[in-house]
Amino acid sequence: MSEPADPDLIEARRRAMGLFARATEAELREPLQQHWPDHGARDLKPVEAGLVMLRGRTGGDGAAFNLGEASVTRAVVELPTGERGFGHVLGRHPARARLAAVADALWQSEAARTLVQAAILSPIATRLSAEKGRHQTETAATRVDFFTMVRGEDAA
Amino acid sequence: MYVAVKGGERAIDNAHKLLADKRRGDREVPELSTAQIREQLTLAVDRVMTEGSLYDRDLAALAVKQARGDMIEAIFLLRAYRTTLPRFGVSEPLETAQMLVRRRISATYKDLPGGQVLGPTFDYTHRLLDFGLESGSEPAAVATAPADPDATMPRVTDIIAGEDLIERNPPADPAAPVGDLTRDPLNFPAGRDLRLQNLARGDEGFLLALAYSTQRGYGRTHPFVGEIRLGEVEVEMFVEDLGFAVPLGDITVTECQMVNQFKGSATEPPRFTRGYGLGFGHCERKAMSMALVDRALRADEFDEERKAPAQDEEFVLSHSDNVQATGFVEHLKLPHYVDFQAELAFIRQMRREQTAAKEAAE
Repeated sequence: MSEPADPDLIEARRRAMGLFARATEAELREPLQQHWPDHGARDLKPVEAGLVMLRGRTGGDGAAFNLGEASVTRAVVELPTGERGFGHVLGRHPARARLAAVADALWQSEAARTLVQAAILSPIATRLSAEKGRHQTETAATRVDFFTMVRGEDAA
Repeated sequence: MYVAVKGGERAIDNAHKLLADKRRGDREVPELSTAQIREQLTLAVDRVMTEGSLYDRDLAALAVKQARGDMIEAIFLLRAYRTTLPRFGVSEPLETAQMLVRRRISATYKDLPGGQVLGPTFDYTHRLLDFGLESGSEPAAVATAPADPDATMPRVTDIIAGEDLIERNPPADPAAPVGDLTRDPLNFPAGRDLRLQNLARGDEGFLLALAYSTQRGYGRTHPFVGEIRLGEVEVEMFVEDLGFAVPLGDITVTECQMVNQFKGSATEPPRFTRGYGLGFGHCERKAMSMALVDRALRADEFDEERKAPAQDEEFVLSHSDNVQATGFVEHLKLPHYVDFQAELAFIRQMRREQTAAKEAAE
């Protein structure tokens, strides 16, 4: 299928998909039920669990190598209006993956996008930002300053 | 040669029932949930994920429970499970420079940009048993301090690289194939990509012992920990139907940059060399051991004499996998009756011949 090639739009959709992938089941289910109870999305493929091979880089910035796999669940849905949504989440979470796919499909409809942003994406982003802030302040409390001691015989 | 046996079904069935009963233990003690293992035995879960080569905290916790805490059995279970799942694709290479850092230390620079944070560590504990854990006391409240949400933590190796004092990593060639030992059998000599994949899933104990041997003089590499960092990185996977890479969420990884000595050559000015370690979850000992062995295996690149076990690629890579190793060692427990009967017949014949020869001589 041909997707819009607008790089800004793709980047915005990628950001949204990143938030859908990190959402809890309730963070997707509740707003979808409240605002789009009759979205009518149908599965284009059965929701399926599989693997993604995770790659690292030699030395952190060099050539790629295969580090090991992770489990991932994917869902592909289509709205009656034709928008196709993809849901990919780490782990084995079929319900979350399907809800993420529905949310992605709705996000592509310009009519729904503003509400998807306000009702689904913003609360997820707020929670993630708070969690990140908490981790950062906890970590910051373990910041360490080591002092190099001058040995006695060298001091004189 | 192994010849199969038949029979024993009832005994095997009953043995497995007994195993399930013993796994449950004393019924007066509450049963351990997989969520408890996932949340409270996190480093066991991390090790099973790293060596099982499958990042899934829930499955690894289940494997630890099913294996009664036997790490290698749990790793085996995870490896077996992964073969039941289709592979959807490969991730974009993880960007560890973009990590949400929870721990970052360096043994080479005390004042590195971004600073050092100890994070949750056993380092500097006194290794005294904490009987408070036995009595179930609540941990003290976590301390917090102001943090700059936009602070960056450049890699220590990039700092030294600024002065051209350390070797650069070979640049990524997106067109170059990346070896995958889960798809193709390992051949020697292996590229560094395959070595790193093998070491990443290799047995921690084996790699620790090899790494230790390099420190004790069996392939000296004179290492410093340039940096160890622990934290979350984003996973992105290119999806064909979409034509772009999709973020899937975050995973926790530990990375170790080892900085090693190098004298230089006629054509190259002296530079530090490097070894690299990366693993799932919090796996510092593993990542450090991996980095030391990675460096030791690069002996040929630096015209170092290969004389120690840790420098022998075929020896290291052929024996690092604990699932393969345990399979071959433990298969010795299975009935080898036909084999052994053949050996018995042979040794009896040798005895007869020896006796006959002795009688003939007398």
